[in-house]
Amino acid sequence: MRGSLVIVAFFALGVAIGALHLAENLWLTGVSYYVLCALIFFVGVGIGSDTGTLRSLGSLNRRLFTLPLLTIAGTLAGSAVAALVLPYTAAECMAVGSGMAYYSLSSVLITEYSGADLGVVALLANVMRELLALLLAPLLALKVNPLAPIAAGGATTADTTLPIITRASGSAYVPLSIAHGFATDFSVPFLVTLFSSL
Amino acid sequence: MLTIISMMTLGLAVGFVLRRRAMGWVARVVTALVWLLLLLLGMEVGGNSAIIAGLHRLGVEALVVAACATAGSVLGSVLLWRSVKRDNRRRP
Repeated sequence: MRGSLVIVAFFALGVAIGALHLAENLWLTGVSYYVLCALIFFVGVGIGSDTGTLRSLGSLNRRLFTLPLLTIAGTLAGSAVAALVLPYTAAECMAVGSGMAYYSLSSVLITEYSGADLGVVALLANVMRELLALLLAPLLALKVNPLAPIAAGGATTADTTLPIITRASGSAYVPLSIAHGFATDFSVPFLVTLFSSL
Repeated sequence: MLTIISMMTLGLAVGFVLRRRAMGWVARVVTALVWLLLLLLGMEVGGNSAIIAGLHRLGVEALVVAACATAGSVLGSVLLWRSVKRDNRRRP
């Protein structure tokens, strides 16, 4: 729990720095990508050096690897329900939800297809989904099931949310989490484009 | 996407080579990088004046979509977990 609070604190600090324009024109946009690459590399080092995790890949039930399909179906169904109370169509909400927490790509695509308003909603909704996944992972693993933090993390489960999922669900679920992250990540551009064109 | 997969593969290889050494520091590096990423994300959101101006309305709408999408996906995981558990009981 303390880890989650620290994460939110860093995000809030970032918003404050950005809003006060303390870091104007600062190399910013490109840097997150390199930080992400470094993060992925070190996550890889951690997994590669932990031979027990690699061996646990075989012990997982094969059917668990259908989780990405259920994550996508559940995300789309949930997003369609959100349209009931929002001034957007079901297709627009499903396009936003299809971001699966991959906020950078989905917000750029939706801004292009549907305009800046929905683009901002897409950015915020997917940032929030990542934050929700980070904050709720320990609770979901404890109260629901070890797959729930992975499903909630959407497209981020191979990178930013992987460390917290490892801690919450156990290192046996690391391979599933990575496979899930890649599969859902891959679906984002296709689904966002599909629902934006409906 | 290709870069990300290459970084992961490279990391796995380096980690495997170093597997007999103490690797506790890797977890600390990962945590620090996650903090840095969230800080940069916050700076991107905070520095976008269009987002800050409409933040109240757009933020509430976004939270509704995010919460519903997350809840839906968690529900999906419950369905899979139940069916796998049932399966395991039938064929132990």
